[in-house]
Amino acid sequence: MKRLIGAATALALMLPGAAVAQDTIKIGILVATEGAFAAGGADGIRNVELALKQVGNMAGGKKIETVVAPTDTTPATATRMARKLIEQDKVDIILGPLSGSEGIAMRDYAKTIPDKTVINGISGALETTWVDPAPNFFRFNLDGAQWGSGLGEYVVKKGWKKVASVSADYSFGYTNFLGFAVGFCKAGGELVERLWVPLGSSDYAGVIAKLPDDVDAIYLGMGGTDSINFLNQYQQAGGKAKLIGGSIMADPTVLSSKGKAKDALIGTPTSGWLANDNPAPEWQAYIKAYQEAFPADKRLPSPSLFGVGYHVNALAMIAALNEVKGDLSDGHKKFHAALSKLKVKTPLGEISLNENRQASGSVFVTEVSANADGTLSNKMVGRVDNVTQTLGMTADQFRAMGLPSRTTPDCKALGGK
Amino acid sequence: MSTLHNLSTRHPVGTIVILALVVGFAWLIFAPWPPGLEQVMGRKRVFLNAIFSGVTLGALYFLVASGFTLVFGLMRNVNLAHGSLYLLGGYIGYGVVDATGYWLLAFPVVFVVVGAVGLLLQHQVFRRMEGEELRQTLVTIGISIVLADLMLWYWGGQSYQVLSPQWLSGPITLPFVTGVRPNGQAVYLSYPLVRIAILFAAIVIGLAMWFVLNRSKLGMLIRAGVDDRDILAASGVRIQYVFLAVFAFGAGLAGIAGIIGGTFQSLSPGEDTRFLLASLVVVIVGGMGSIPGAALGAVIIGLAEQIGLVYAPTYSVVFTFLIMAVVLAFRPQGLLGGRR
Repeated sequence: MKRLIGAATALALMLPGAAVAQDTIKIGILVATEGAFAAGGADGIRNVELALKQVGNMAGGKKIETVVAPTDTTPATATRMARKLIEQDKVDIILGPLSGSEGIAMRDYAKTIPDKTVINGISGALETTWVDPAPNFFRFNLDGAQWGSGLGEYVVKKGWKKVASVSADYSFGYTNFLGFAVGFCKAGGELVERLWVPLGSSDYAGVIAKLPDDVDAIYLGMGGTDSINFLNQYQQAGGKAKLIGGSIMADPTVLSSKGKAKDALIGTPTSGWLANDNPAPEWQAYIKAYQEAFPADKRLPSPSLFGVGYHVNALAMIAALNEVKGDLSDGHKKFHAALSKLKVKTPLGEISLNENRQASGSVFVTEVSANADGTLSNKMVGRVDNVTQTLGMTADQFRAMGLPSRTTPDCKALGGK
Repeated sequence: MSTLHNLSTRHPVGTIVILALVVGFAWLIFAPWPPGLEQVMGRKRVFLNAIFSGVTLGALYFLVASGFTLVFGLMRNVNLAHGSLYLLGGYIGYGVVDATGYWLLAFPVVFVVVGAVGLLLQHQVFRRMEGEELRQTLVTIGISIVLADLMLWYWGGQSYQVLSPQWLSGPITLPFVTGVRPNGQAVYLSYPLVRIAILFAAIVIGLAMWFVLNRSKLGMLIRAGVDDRDILAASGVRIQYVFLAVFAFGAGLAGIAGIIGGTFQSLSPGEDTRFLLASLVVVIVGGMGSIPGAALGAVIIGLAEQIGLVYAPTYSVVFTFLIMAVVLAFRPQGLLGGRR
């Protein structure tokens, strides 16, 4: 009898707990909060908060609970933190990561947890959704190669036909550079020299000395504090060449830094997934919501590429949860199907995925310009619509080019010099 | 001179090899390179720049690490909050320069403020746990985490650069030939002036420290304390005051290094651990507690980082730790560390 009462009590105690667990969905935000992209990571967290706040922390009729798992941009830490999210925090969905090589690690980790879901944060390496993609990894942002579209053609049109490059030596650095180089070489440009520097380097003096003098412009494919350190030392070394920026070189995280290093960027064309001054009403509404949600000293003047990525991916997650009414009980099968077919309304227009669960969309070419009050912002100078994962080529043509690396793409094979 | 003479008679081959290396290195730096060498090594400008950047980066590491090593040498405490003092100094320096516009003014202000923080740390924290190494280590890790979060709260996550003054910006021309134009005119190396100034300042501070340690009464006390703290205390010296002075000085130096680091690199959350790690490596390579060791270690690590970045970017991160591992394997007390 005693045992029976005990069992009943235990059951009674367990029941409400079980009911609560079903009413909440736990999200793990995997985001870099240390290293070169710390400021971008913080903006990512802000933007997930914003997306959840806009729906009152509810999706599919369930309460959304979040756990932040901080990483340091290395794949090893990302995997460790993801494992912690799944095994200890028991999250249902991982939202992240931020950095390219972390994304590749998450693709592989996602395969080991088929009945959970990984939705990308803003990582942009091509391989993540191109080489042997995981069926439960979804990326609603464009990848680094897509972000580079249009920039190469634009600078050749400006008359900058001879270019040397310095980029970060990891998967996103290669991918983002490939996007630029494909357009640049096809338009007849000449890549004189490609230099690669480790992610998170702080002293670039030696590399700056290596830059050739007789070029029209220098392509810089770095981000976060790496960009700032490079620009600071480039100015101190008396560098005066024209610059071309990769997609995170002149991001709001860089343009809002304190000091004059960023001034070297004035007039620098870059390209990416967003343009601050995009007149589209949904984009303007988003900027306004972002600026109202956080006090001015706790946010960037306008959302960064990192922040927008986390925001859009969070929006997609919310929309898909609404579609399946928060039902993840079948090992996420319905949820995966909903994500794959989703057409989600975002600040960047409607986004849907291809067969690799990778988004297509518009890319903006922008130029850094100085505002009247001395701050810098990106002004839109062009856009390319419907940029696909294969950059408008067929899958075979794209594959023939090889995966992004230090030496790929081959500029001559694409028609450049 | 006599030791040099002894060395050359005892190890004639080794001496010749070292002399040849020194002469060869001097030739690499001063002579214009023949085209064959340029094909193998790249342009001379690149090589010279890597060497100079390595030495100036070493100067910065030296400033951070010398305080660290001095404190360790005297008090045997490993202050793992040293990196936080560096970052704090940089942020305060930024504030001073931003408010007043005087770069040089930041140095005394930061030295005093961060030195005072050091005083507080020594007086309130370390004094209470003298000789308890594990406790000190854990407590300093804790302090560094708390300081890092406080700084993140106050200064935010974005990065800062300290504005260098007009008279230090831009490059200067140094009397090193990097190449010869077709018309026979020599091309000289142009190099950021601010880095030369930092190198110069580090040398002056290093020499001053050496003189104070080896030629002054305070230095005598410190050296005596390094060798045998208990006897020094027993002979009537108020050793706690010496500790306070040394700790404050080391902290102030880390703060000054923060301004310098903020001037030619940048300040952001995470820099504290980066510089803590750098000073640990420098001190392990150079020898715990030795100022000349810190200088040697700093230059070696700075050069390894820069030369690695230029000639083998993929492995540049590994070089630093490789050097540390080699030193630990063959000379565990560090290159200039004494046996204890």
